[in-house]
Parts: sequence; C-alpha cells; structure tokens
Amino acid sequence: MEYFIELFLGGLTRGSIYALIALGYTMVYGIIELINFAHGEIYMIGAFTALIVASVLTLLGFNELSILVIASLCAVIWAASYGFTIEKLAYKPLRKAPRLSALISAIGMSIFLQNYVLLAQTSDFLPFPALMPEFGFLEPYAHIMSSAEVIIVLTTALVMAALTFLIKFTRLGKAMRATAQDRDMALLSGVNVNRVISFTFIIGSATAAIGGVLIASHIGMINFYIGFIAGIKAFTAAVLGGIGSVPGAVLGGMVLGWTESFATGYVSSDYEDVFAFTLLVLILIFRPEGILGRSTTQKV
Amino acid sequence: MITFAEIKRSVLVSLWFMFLTFPIMVVRVNPIEEVIEWRWRNLIIIGVGSFAISFVWRYMMERKEAGLKRKEAGGEKPPLVKRIMDRPRLSRSIVGLVVAFVCVFPFLFSTYQVTIMSTALIYVMLGLGLNIVIGLAGLLDLGYVAFYAVGAYSYALLNFHFGVGFWIALPLGGLLGALFGILLGFPVLRLRGDYLAIVTLGFGEIIRLILENWNDFSFGPSGIAGISRPGFFGIDMSLNTATTYVYFVLIGLVILTVFFVNRLQNSRIGRAWIALREDEIACQAMGIDKTRTKLTAFALGATWAGMAGVVFAAKTTFINPASFTFLESAIILSIVVLGGMGSIPGVILGALVLILLPEYLRAFSDYRMILFGGILVLMMVFRPQGLISGVRRVYQFKGNGEKAPNGGSGS
Amino acid sequence: MEPILDVKSMTMDFGGLRALDRLDLDVRKGEIAALIGPNGAGKTTFFNCITGLYSPTQGDILITRPGRDPERINGLKPNHVTEKGLARTFQNIRLFQNMTVLENVMIGRHCRTRTGVAGAMLRLKSARDEEQTVVDHSYHILERIGLSRFVNELAKNLPYGAQRRLEIARAMATDPFLLLLDEPAAGMNPQETRALDDLIKKIRDEEGISILLIEHDMKLVMSLSDRIFVMDYGRKIAQGSPDEIKNDPKVIKAYLGEDPDA
Repeated sequence: MEYFIELFLGGLTRGSIYALIALGYTMVYGIIELINFAHGEIYMIGAFTALIVASVLTLLGFNELSILVIASLCAVIWAASYGFTIEKLAYKPLRKAPRLSALISAIGMSIFLQNYVLLAQTSDFLPFPALMPEFGFLEPYAHIMSSAEVIIVLTTALVMAALTFLIKFTRLGKAMRATAQDRDMALLSGVNVNRVISFTFIIGSATAAIGGVLIASHIGMINFYIGFIAGIKAFTAAVLGGIGSVPGAVLGGMVLGWTESFATGYVSSDYEDVFAFTLLVLILIFRPEGILGRSTTQKV
Repeated sequence: MITFAEIKRSVLVSLWFMFLTFPIMVVRVNPIEEVIEWRWRNLIIIGVGSFAISFVWRYMMERKEAGLKRKEAGGEKPPLVKRIMDRPRLSRSIVGLVVAFVCVFPFLFSTYQVTIMSTALIYVMLGLGLNIVIGLAGLLDLGYVAFYAVGAYSYALLNFHFGVGFWIALPLGGLLGALFGILLGFPVLRLRGDYLAIVTLGFGEIIRLILENWNDFSFGPSGIAGISRPGFFGIDMSLNTATTYVYFVLIGLVILTVFFVNRLQNSRIGRAWIALREDEIACQAMGIDKTRTKLTAFALGATWAGMAGVVFAAKTTFINPASFTFLESAIILSIVVLGGMGSIPGVILGALVLILLPEYLRAFSDYRMILFGGILVLMMVFRPQGLISGVRRVYQFKGNGEKAPNGGSGS
Repeated sequence: MEPILDVKSMTMDFGGLRALDRLDLDVRKGEIAALIGPNGAGKTTFFNCITGLYSPTQGDILITRPGRDPERINGLKPNHVTEKGLARTFQNIRLFQNMTVLENVMIGRHCRTRTGVAGAMLRLKSARDEEQTVVDHSYHILERIGLSRFVNELAKNLPYGAQRRLEIARAMATDPFLLLLDEPAAGMNPQETRALDDLIKKIRDEEGISILLIEHDMKLVMSLSDRIFVMDYGRKIAQGSPDEIKNDPKVIKAYLGEDPDA
C-alpha cells in the first residue's frame, strides 16, 4: 500500500510538470491551431537560464532563497522572450500558409534551439543546484513525498488557478477566447489579434519555464535534450485532456503522470518512454478530441 | 536607400537579440571547477550579426510580398526546371555531364570520398521515398526513420542468423518496410495532418526504444556488427573495390528510384496523391478512396526507406539504434523541404547539398544540425516551394490541332 | 415517373441543433430540379448528407441507377456515392489549385479507371492505353464545357467564372447520372450566368444527366428548373413548378420575412 501511495504521489509530481508544459501547447493550439514543436525547447531554455543565473549568484554569495526567486524570475522572463521572438520569426509570417508549413517551421525551430544551446553551452549533463527549501514539518513523510514535490504540486495548482482566472475574467482572456473561436471575427470586432497571439506565447512560455525550474531543481540534472522528450510528453498530456482546454491540460498531465508512474513501478522501467508514446498513439487514434474535448465536424 | 527609421529598427532588433541570447551565449558555467566564463565577444557577434541580418530579413520579406503580388497578377516566372526542359539541347547536355561525372567519380577520388558520396546517395533514396509521402501526398511523416530501421535490422538479423545475402535481403527489406508502412498506416491515416505528424513521430520513437531495450531480439544499444557487404557472384573484394561496388549499387538504386517515382507521380495514382494533398474533401467527392490512396503513398515511401536501410546496413557493416533517432527523420525532412516538396531534381539536390556540404566544409560539421533546423524555418518562411519547385506534366491528346506546347516528360 | 433520387424524411442533427427536419425530396429522370431557400436554411447540409460527407441522423436516401433497382445509400463514404453516379460541385470552389485544368478533370476519371501501382511503375500497355483514354476523354469534356483553351493552366490561375465551370467539368468526368450543383452561378457576372444557363441545359439535353441545383439567382432558377423545392429552417416549405413557387405565399414570407401588414 505504501508503495502504491509513493507511486501515486510520484505520478502527481510528474503530472504537475507535464501539466505546466502542456498549458503552452494547449493555449497556442487553441488560438492558432499549431503544434508549437519548439515549446519543449522553451522549457529547456528556461531551465538553462535558471541554472546559469543561479550559478552566477551562488558565486556572488547570495543566500538560497533569493537565488531561487531571482533565478526563477530570470527563467520566466527569458523563456517568455524566446517564446515571443519565435512566434514573430517562425510562425507569424506563415499565418496564411498551409498548416503543414507552420508545423515544419516549428520542427525546424525546435532543432535549431536544441543545437543552439548545445553549441553555446555544452552537450554534457549539468548538475542543477538544489534550490528548493526543505520544510521541517514534512521530515517524517520524506520517504513518500519530499518538500520539493510538495512545492511542485502546489506551484502547479497556483499557476492553474491564476491562468483560469486570467482566461475567464480578464479582458485579455476574453480576447483570447474570441480569437480562438474565430480569428477573423475577433479582428473585425476590434481585438488586436497579433497582440493576443504574442501574449499567448508569452504566457505559455512563462509557465513552461516555471516547469523547467521546478523539475530541474527536483531532478538535479539538465542538458540540451530534456526539452524534446518532455515536450512530446506534455503534448501527449494536452491531447489526452483535450487540446485547447486548460483544465484538460491539467487532467491530461495527471493521467499521463500516473500512467508512467504506475507502469514503471509495476511493469518495467526500461520502457518508461514507450508507455507515454503508446498512450499518445492510442488516444490520437481512438479519441483524438481527448477526455474533455468535444468532437468537431469539419466545415465543408 | 537605407533610411534612418530602418537603422533604428535594426538597432532595436540587435539590442533585443543581445538581451535574448545573453545568458546562453555569454555566460558559461563550469560546474566542476565552479568558475564562470564570460564570453563578451559573443555578445558583440550577436549584436552586429542580428543588426545586419535584420536588413536582409526585411529585404527578403519585401521581396516575398512583391512576389506574391506578382503571382496574383499572373506574371509568374516559370520554374527553373521548366525553363531548362524547354531547351532540350541544354537539358540533354546537363544530363550527359552528370552521367559522365557519376561514372568516373570513384576512379578520380579517394575511397573516403566515395564512402561519403555513397552516404549522400542513401539520403537521396530516403529523400525520394519521403517525397512520395510528404511532397506528393502531403502527409507529414515524422517517423520515417522507423522504416529505414526496419530495413537495416531485417538485413542485419537475417544475415546474422541465417546468412541471407544482400541481394535477397534488398527486396525483402523493401517488402518489410511496406508491410510496416501498412501496419502503422492503417490506424493513423484517418488523422488530421498535424496529429498524423505527432503519431508517426511517436511510432518512430517506439520502434527505436524497442530496438534499444529488447536485447534478445536486437542486441540492444550495442547493435549488430559484422554484417556482410553486398556480394558480386561470390567474388572476394578488397575494401576499396567493395566501396566502389556499393557506390555503383547505390547509383543503380537511385536511378531506379527516380525512374519509378517519376512514373508514379505522373500516373493515376500519383495524381490522386497530389489531389489529396490539395483538397481532401474534394478528392473524396471525386470518387477517390482517401484511406487507400494515403496507404499506398505511405507504404511506397516505406518501401524505399526499407531498401535504403538494407543498403545502409550493408555499407557500414554495423548498425545500432543510435542511427535511427528522430533527428535522422528531421534530416530527411530537411532534404525534402530544401530541395522542393514534390520535385525529384530538387530532392536530389537537397540531399547532396545537405549531406556533402557539412562533410567537405569541416568548419560546418559542428553546425550541421543547427543548420538543418534553420533551413526548415527559413525555407518555410521564404521559399516554401524549395530550391527547385515541382513542374506539372503537360499532356498530349487527340483533337487539339496543333501539338501542345512543351509536350513531354514531367518534372 | 420514377424518381432517380428519392430522399425520405431525412433529419440531420448537429448536437442539439436540427439542421434538417424530416425533409422529403425527389429528382426525376431527365429533369432539372432546384433547391432554394434563405441562407442557413440547410441546403448545403442537405447536399453533404446525400453525398456522404455527413451521415444523416434519420431517414432514407434512395437512388435508382439507370437500368437498376432502387438502392439505399445512407452512410456510404463520399467516394462510394460518387462511384454510384452522384457527382457534386462545391459552393466555395474546391479545385485542386496546383494541378492543371486537364489534371483536375482527369482526377474525376479516377473512380472509372483501374491502373494500380505496378501498372504505373512498369508503365504496362494497359496502363498506357488507359492513361491516353483518360486524357482524351477529359479533353473532350473540357471542349464541351468550353474550357479547352485553359487545358494546361494551373487551376488557381483561372478566372472565377471558369473555375466554377471547371468544377462542373470535373464532376462530369465521374460519369454521373445525377449532378448536384451547389450555387454554380455564385459570383458570376450576368454574361457568365447566361452562358451557365445554356451549359446546364446542354448537359441535361445532350448528356442525359439529371440535375439538382442550389441557387440564389432566381432568374436562373426560374429559367432552368422543371421543379423547385423551397427550404427554410431545415424544413421543406414548398415544392412545385416555377410558376407555383413564384406565387406561393409561404415562399414569399420566407424570403421577405413577416408581411408588415398582417
């Protein structure tokens, strides 16, 4: 039973991270119907930025908490800037092009960013400093859930709540929903569509960076390639929940996290990634609209 | 004329990129010695570089928009291939030169060069195969490398366990590739374009992960060594001769591929693929079976990947799962995109440029992958039809008094 | 006279929305029938149901091919419906933009020809012969539709009116016994519309193809149609000869809204 709980909580942690990254996929897809392949790379760049900033600050002798705060903030700022720039360079010129063109461009961007970090930094795994504080009162339960895991789950919940608020109750959120429904109509009703799309990329990238910092300081290792696998898994989560839906991304992330956790715990750890990919293939084939998504009829 | 406003914009762009790339490009942490390397030179390079590039970018954008307007006005220049084909003497002498060069190549250059050229030729085959799937049928297959792996592993395993020779394995590899294409294609081809891309990517990764983990079957990450080279009536060959031989085998296969693909794309089947790429719904309304047509394209593309895999295994005599990662699929995709989707000469050129350039320009080789990624983006933004765009065939028919202009073969 | 298309009580729901409500409609051999109604009445949905793009929630679609017994075609895939002899055009032109005019028509011959992969790769004699027949036949259709001067143009470079005619040519290449035209005159100038009027009559008279068309141009509808069906809010509100329809108060109401004096 304890093993089960351990796996359950492990899945919850994993799932939270997937959900954070999945949000970016889901929001971008909801608005411009593009699988932003480079999104995983944004997450990776977020983690790298945090690592670099944290290392510099450590050498300068900052204390742990301020390092955590400043490094996370920098990660968010830079990741958002990358997201913004990528959209302007690689996707905006292709708004009217066939959908396949934008997708190919996104794949190119993903490969480009991976190798950019590889060349500018290193291909080795870098140790990531343990930035997250330890809570004393959780000490007795450390064998089933560490403080870091608690922080991950709580942060995710907080980000979700903030995002839901943003989308449901703010002007920007309304403009986003309008653009997702019908871009031309939104444009005609005075929504600045370009700005909405930019904001979507910025917000999505920022959440991915939060995910990047959390997972990197939890696992303690990063390299240029972490974005690729994480990206595909998060995409799986987004599709699983129903792409375009924010609660769907969270649900999808959790389901994927638990699937992986239980499958590796009870079946075999060799095939960890195979489970995720298989799940992805199965959903896309049997229920492409996802758990919370609604099926759409193609317009003729 | 460069105006002040433009300079101001470029300065802003340059400042933005200096900010953007600052942490990754300038700071490098050495975690073991706990020192930080500050590479200020990179900052200057980025600044100056992005300042200059922003001008080029804007110029290209303007040109592209002007081009679009011209297209709408109907004043389009015919594509290069068509202009060359319109002059039969020129096109014949080009073909003649290429044939002559191809034949004498292995006798003029070192074994090393021949090996590189053979590698490029394998990519030509792969590119032409993927071109059927992406360029003609418009199906973005990101797991193409899986079929390449199927071909390579079927030869390696058949050779290892049963001593099956290259010439028997070659059609078998193609057949197995096709079989896998149909097996994988059947469930996924109902999906929309972008979902199809992701599912094929997933399938590709699953196959690689299985090869990596199923030690009893595939010998895991250590791979299979000592695969036989292609035989020639049982004659023993030195390494040099064998390399040359593989080269000519590949030349033969490439010619065969071009020959078949050209025929296919101008046939009833090929037309259906292109129609499907253009408009799925109209295609069905015209009586074309969507699933079957897609499946044919998928399976045929996989056939060529399977055969290329067999040749690859025979050429390198050693394979392991590391040769079949997603990046390999991305390279093949870049070849097709750079050359021109749906254009045979384009794909050949794309493969030669992308594979040979990094080999010969040593300075390039580190930047190989970043180059591929960049090419995908830049081509899509500025020249989606590729270096050499496809040409539609002009048909001869009864009943039109004069002969149709430029009658003859397709692209 | 026996109908060649007989739609009985067809209903189509999208979620909670009823787009077609127990619709009855029939087309007889050799006639030109028109389906009219205000925008959003469900006309195109009706076409989509018949041609297999949508699967109707309820009702029967029966067709009678020349010399055969009536058969039910509900739930058939679009390509099978076309194989059975129903061909359509699209309201928002859906040509294969980057293929030549001739190739567009040749695609229409696809379901009437057989060449497979092996035949194409080896260019067998049967394949070559079939290909030449397709080319000749397609060119012949283009001549009859009046598009032969555009043969080798890309479809996207054609003038608008010619694109609409090419849609008809492409549909005719599938050898239909019933042609479904979705707003064939939309966006045409009066001259082009007159030419279209002649063309549609010619197709009926010379090729013996029956026609069901959706159209907003009342002059064209009145001049062409033997019978007219009127739809509003997914229901059939009237049917009859052009004269009957012209004077039907329900039709006038549907088009002009409530009579202000009533």
